[in-house]
Amino acid sequence: MAMCSRAAAAIRRRGGVALAPPHARAMASLFGHVEPAPKDPILGVTEAFLADPSPDKVNVGVGAYRDDNGQPVVLDCVREAERRIAGNLNMEYLPMGGSIKMIDESLKLAYGEDSEFIKDKRIAAVQALSGTGACRLFADFQRRFLPDSQIYIPTPTWSNHHNIWRDAQVPQRTFTYYHPESRGLDFAGLMDDVKNAPNGSFFLLHACAHNPTGVDPTEEQWREISYQFKVKNHIPFFDMAYQGFASGDPERDAKAIRIFLEDGHQIGCAQSYAKNMGLYGQRAGCLSILCEDEMQAVAVKSQLQQIARPMYSNPPVHGSLVVSIILNDPELKSLWLKEVKGMADRIIGMRKALKENLEQLGSPLSWDHITNQIGMFCYSGMTPEQVDRLTNEYHIYMTRNGRISMAGVTTGNVAYLANAIHEVTKTK
Amino acid sequence: MASAAFTVSSPAASAVAARSKVLRGGKGEARTGCRVGITRKNFSRVMMAVAVDISRFEGVPMAPPDPILGVSEAFRADKNDLKLNLGVGAYRTEELQPYVLNVVKKAENLMLEKGENKEYLPIEGLAAFNKATAELLFGADNPVIKQGRVATLQSLSGTGSLRLAAAFIQRYFPEAKVLISSPTWGNHKNIFNDARVPWSEYRYYDPKTVGLDFEGMIADIQAAPDGSFVLLHGCAHNPTGIDPTPEQWEKIADVIQEKKHMPFFDVAYQGFASGSLDEDASSVRLFVERGLEVFVAQSYSKNLGLYAERIGAINVVCSAPEVANRVKSQLKRLARPMYSNPPIHGARIVANVVGDPAMFGEWKQEMEEMAGRIKNVRQKLYDSLSAKDKSGKDWSFILRQIGMFSYTGLNKTQSDNMTDKWHIYMTKDGRISLAGLSLAKCEYLADAIIDSFHNVS
Repeated sequence: MAMCSRAAAAIRRRGGVALAPPHARAMASLFGHVEPAPKDPILGVTEAFLADPSPDKVNVGVGAYRDDNGQPVVLDCVREAERRIAGNLNMEYLPMGGSIKMIDESLKLAYGEDSEFIKDKRIAAVQALSGTGACRLFADFQRRFLPDSQIYIPTPTWSNHHNIWRDAQVPQRTFTYYHPESRGLDFAGLMDDVKNAPNGSFFLLHACAHNPTGVDPTEEQWREISYQFKVKNHIPFFDMAYQGFASGDPERDAKAIRIFLEDGHQIGCAQSYAKNMGLYGQRAGCLSILCEDEMQAVAVKSQLQQIARPMYSNPPVHGSLVVSIILNDPELKSLWLKEVKGMADRIIGMRKALKENLEQLGSPLSWDHITNQIGMFCYSGMTPEQVDRLTNEYHIYMTRNGRISMAGVTTGNVAYLANAIHEVTKTK
Repeated sequence: MASAAFTVSSPAASAVAARSKVLRGGKGEARTGCRVGITRKNFSRVMMAVAVDISRFEGVPMAPPDPILGVSEAFRADKNDLKLNLGVGAYRTEELQPYVLNVVKKAENLMLEKGENKEYLPIEGLAAFNKATAELLFGADNPVIKQGRVATLQSLSGTGSLRLAAAFIQRYFPEAKVLISSPTWGNHKNIFNDARVPWSEYRYYDPKTVGLDFEGMIADIQAAPDGSFVLLHGCAHNPTGIDPTPEQWEKIADVIQEKKHMPFFDVAYQGFASGSLDEDASSVRLFVERGLEVFVAQSYSKNLGLYAERIGAINVVCSAPEVANRVKSQLKRLARPMYSNPPIHGARIVANVVGDPAMFGEWKQEMEEMAGRIKNVRQKLYDSLSAKDKSGKDWSFILRQIGMFSYTGLNKTQSDNMTDKWHIYMTKDGRISLAGLSLAKCEYLADAIIDSFHNVS
C-alpha cells in the first residue's frame, strides 16, 4: 500500500521524491519538492468550530455577517435581483474591464453621485474579483508601471494584503497604526511614519472599518493625514471593503476618500460588495484609479485590462448583474440602503450589549474600545493565551490575535461571551 | 520635476515640465517644477494644499486593442446588411443569436428555488463542482480519481486555470520552459508572459496541407530540454481546428514520456468538439493511462455556454494522493492573493446539471445539437466551396478540422479583403468561427473565400 507518511516526509527532507504506490503505475513524482502549504490561520478557526460538539459553542472568528440567529443572510434586494436574472439573460462574455453599468454605479458610491471626476471621465475603473482582485490588479499595475515603488501597509492589516503585494512582487513596508495600550489609533506613530517615508510612497489605507482592529481615524485625523500626504506627495490606495456596513451610511463611510479627493489626491480605490451586499462568493468588486484627465484614464484602464486578460480574461457576470440591477433601480437601491443599515445597526447594538455586559459583570478593565471601534471586527486586546482559554474552556472560537467578529455575536450568546471574556481577563 | 518614486519616460513629460508653474506651499516654500493640480472651482478649498506633481501615470501608454475582441467591435460598427461576424468565439444558433442552454436555465431556476446562501467558497472552490469536473474529465471510474491522486481547484474558466498552473510552474519549476503550438490561442502567450514562465513554440500548423505538421511537432518536442512543459489542446485546437489522430496522440505521448516532459492540456471544448464528452477527453485519458503526471485546464464557457460566469478547473494528476494534497495546498496559496476564492454561481450551475441524471442527459443532448449544427455548417460550407470553386482546389480540410474554428488558409491581406469587400469579420490569421455561421450564409461565405483566395494575394 502507500508508503507511510513519515517515510515519505523523510525522503522529501533529503530532497528526494516519495515513490508512488506500485499499483499506480506512475513514474516518480515530479512534485517531490513541493512542500505542503501552511494552514490558513483563519480557516483553521472555522474548521475547529465546526468540529466542536459543544452546544454552547460560539464562532466569533467568522468574517461574514450573521443575523441574530447566527445564520448567513441573503439580502432581500439581492433575492429580488436574482429573480429578475434567473434564466433570462444570456451569458456572453463581459468586456475585459467588466460591466460598465456596475462600474458606473460603483464609482458613484465611492466618489459621490455628482462627482466632477466622474463627469470629467478621469477615473480609470474596471470590475474586479471583489476586494482581493481589485488590490491584486492595482499591485500588478504598480509593479508594471511604477517598478521602483513600494507599498506601505498598516500594522496590523488583513493578512492577505501581504500575500497580494508579495505575489505581485512589489516590496512592502509597514507603517504604525494600532496602539495596543489604548486599543485605538497610534496617530503620532502613524504621522511619523508618513513623514519619514520617502516622498511619493504608496500607502494602503482602509477607508473605513479597519480590518482587523476596527479602529478608524477621526475626520480631523484623516484631514491631517491627507495634508501630510500632499506635503510628501504620497499616493493613497484605499481598500474600501465595508462601505455602508461600518456606520450604516455609505456616504459617511466614504468620508475619508472624499477628504482626500477634495485635497486633490489622485487616489486608487478597491471596492468590494462582499459584505455590504452580502455577495461574498460572487466575487463582485471594482478597482478605480483617479487620473490626470480622460485620455490618461482611458490608457490606464486599457492597461488594467491587459493585466486582467492573462489572469481570468474577463470578470464573472452574475455578481455584477446583481449589483447593477440593485443600484440602478431606485426602489431596490432604497431597500438595499435599509438592509445595509440594518446589518450595521445590529452590529453596533451588539457592541453596546457586549460592553454593557462586561461592565455589569464588574470587569476591572476598560471596554470602551468595543464601542469606539467600528465595523465587523473588534480588537479586544486579549492575549493569545486568553484566547486559548476562551476556546478550550468556553468553546468560543476566534483568531488568536484577540480579534472578535461582532457579526458572530447575537442576543442569544452575548451574555455567555461577556462572561467568558470576563473570566479570562479579570485576573489580568 | 517628477516624483522620486518613479521615472517618467513619456515624451510628454518634458512638455508638462515646460508648462509647470510655481506654487507657494503652506509653509511659504516655493516648489519648482510642479504642475498646478487645482482648478478655479476648488481653489479656495485647497489654498493650504501643496501642488500635485506631474501625474505618476504620465508614462502609461495606451494598450493595443485586443485582436480578437476588436473584431466584434468593428462588426458592431458596420452598417452593411450582409455583414457576418466570424470572429466571435462564442456559439450562435442558426439565427445567429447567443444561446443559453435550456438545462442551464433550469439549473438557475432550481437554484433560485433552493435559495442557497452566498457564503465564500473555500479557496479551492465548490466541492461538488470539483468532484463533478474531475469525473467528467477523467471518467468517474478512472483509477486516478479512485486513488485520490488528482488535485482539483475550481478556477476562473480556462484562463484562470492556465494562470494558476503557470504561476505554479514559475514557483516550483523556475528553470522549466513551456512549449506552445504554433499557432495557438493568443492569450496563452500573455498568460505565460505575465506569470514569467519562458516559452517557445513547436511547429503545428502546416499551411501547405492546411493540416498538422506532425513531423515538425515531434521534432520540436524532441529537441526541447528534458522536463519541459508541453501545452496541448485536448480537442478542437484553437485557432486551427486541426487535432492529432489517435495514432498521432500515441506518438506524442511516446516522445513526451521519453523526454520526461510534463503534459499540460488545455481542454476548452470537451463535448463541444465531437458531441461526445468521453470522446473529446480521450487524448487526456490516454496520457493519464500511461501513469504520467499531467496538468489539465478545463473550461465550461463553451460546452455549457457559461462564458461570463468564468467557471473552470485546474487539475493536476499526481503520482500519489499525498502529492496531490501538497500540490493542491500550493495552488491554493497562489489563488488566495489573486482572488481569494472563486465565484460561486457558475460552479453551482455545473454541479446541479451534472449531479442530476435527467439534467445531465439533457445537457449531453444539447451539446450534441450544438456540435451537430457546427458539423452541418462545415459540410454546407465545404459543399458550397466545392461547387463554386472551379479551380479544383481541395477544400476538404474544412471537413477534417473540428470544433468551433476553422483555419481557412487565408493570409492577412486576404482576410482583410474578406472584411473590406465582403463585410465578413474574422481574425487576421485566417481563422473563422463556424459557431457564428448559419446554413443560410454558407454560400455567401463561400463566394467571399473563393474571391479572397484567388483574386487577392
